[in-house]
Amino acid sequence: MITLDHVSKSYSTGAPALNDVSIHIEPGEFVFIVGDSGSGKSTLIKLLLRELLPTSGTITVNGTNVGKLKHRQIPKFRRKIGVVFQDFRLLMDRNVYENVAFAQRVVQVPNKQIRKNVPSILAVVGLAGKYKARPKQLSGGEQQRVAVARALVNEPPILLADEPTGNLDPKNSQEIMKLLEEINEKGTTVLVVTHNREIVNAMKKRVITMSQGVVVSDQKEGSYIDEI
Amino acid sequence: MRFSTLLYTIKQGFTNITRNKWYSLASIATISACLFLFGIFYSVVANFQYILKTAQNGVAVTVFFDEGISEERIAQIGNEISQRSEVDHINYISADEAWNSFKDEYLGEYADGFTENPLADSANYEIYIKDVSMQANLVSYLENVEGIRMVNQSEVTANTLDGINRLVGYVAIGIIVLLLFVSVFLIGNTVTIGISVRKEEINIMKYIGATDFFVRFPFVIEGMIIGLIGSVVPLGVVYLIYNNVIGFVLNKFTVLSSILNFLTVQEVFHVLLPISLVIGVGIGFVGSFITVRKHIRV
Repeated sequence: MITLDHVSKSYSTGAPALNDVSIHIEPGEFVFIVGDSGSGKSTLIKLLLRELLPTSGTITVNGTNVGKLKHRQIPKFRRKIGVVFQDFRLLMDRNVYENVAFAQRVVQVPNKQIRKNVPSILAVVGLAGKYKARPKQLSGGEQQRVAVARALVNEPPILLADEPTGNLDPKNSQEIMKLLEEINEKGTTVLVVTHNREIVNAMKKRVITMSQGVVVSDQKEGSYIDEI
Repeated sequence: MRFSTLLYTIKQGFTNITRNKWYSLASIATISACLFLFGIFYSVVANFQYILKTAQNGVAVTVFFDEGISEERIAQIGNEISQRSEVDHINYISADEAWNSFKDEYLGEYADGFTENPLADSANYEIYIKDVSMQANLVSYLENVEGIRMVNQSEVTANTLDGINRLVGYVAIGIIVLLLFVSVFLIGNTVTIGISVRKEEINIMKYIGATDFFVRFPFVIEGMIIGLIGSVVPLGVVYLIYNNVIGFVLNKFTVLSSILNFLTVQEVFHVLLPISLVIGVGIGFVGSFITVRKHIRV
């Protein structure tokens, strides 16, 4: 499903952000990528979304060689990856329904279908009653649920979550992770980048630890490892 | 693309305007200010050129014929002159008409003492030129036409009018260039504000997998609507001002109305309306296109 083969990424200044990283993630897996800031986690996400190109190595996502994508092919590629960010990145001037529906409009789902799909996914994330609310009227946890609903409404095979609990309190963090776990159980491959030790240790999932652009550990039912 | 998607993106263009009220207002004000100045300036220049053109039309070259020339030859010369590209129209004044006109104007009852026409050789063509700058050209041609004895021209008037016309042309170009610079500067500033407002939104759309078209189209529609409003508002203001000012000038300074001919508001707007609309909508289109392009490559 996701393969990084000897991938390195250097920016114009400073040390390489990723250095000869090789990772393979199977369909349906739930994987944590952990590490401190500067470990290369964010660069990894950007490479997977084709926001950046690797300096060397090959990245394959959903059978597509990301490095060979042309600009006009990127939108279609991204539609197969749901993304959740730490800062939610919702359209603040639109209500919950419109934020989720927007992802469907992008892929040109007919209106009739959108009217069915959006309430259904909002029910999954527990926000069925708040579809008219604006993001500012919601708590952080609720905003992140909207972001999850938006990421999932097109039923992508992969969900990338970049520090999804970074702006949430422990209770909301647990609920979001529970939601992600449920989604994973339905067959979606989930990749969570985090440095939330408690959550990683509690969930007993595969944990890939990165430090200074290198994979330092890959545990099957792992736990959070401090920087080596 | 689905029709519903197209409708959605167009609708988004309209709702974007109300979503970003202040940005929309700032953009409309900027375009309006530029087009208002353009409208006023165009009205003044168009009228000035119209007045000059009217004055030019009154400038004529007169040709007199050789003694004893036949009527056929005069008619032939008339045909040849009429076909010249410089010529707007010609008037034939026969010797009798010339004498009658002279009598009426200068002699009155004293003319009775004349038994013969003393202006027997005064049959002539009054030649009206399209553009006074062509007068010298025409005169040098006329001087070489067989059968023409004399060419009368008002060189000073022609040169003065031509000079003023050129000056107005240069000043007009200068002011248009200046206006263009001011517009580009103002619109550049507005676009910069637009970029900061839109950056996050465009990023989100791109992460979700929106195509460039899907991201760009609502913004372009929004820009064009802003441009349209930004051109209609100053057009309305210029229309009112023009109508009132012309009416005021002609009423208050009645002496002017006999000397100067102003263009009607319809005549001015026949040109100003389409140009302003094209500039306004064009600025909106280009401005929004550039704004989005800067962030679309995410």
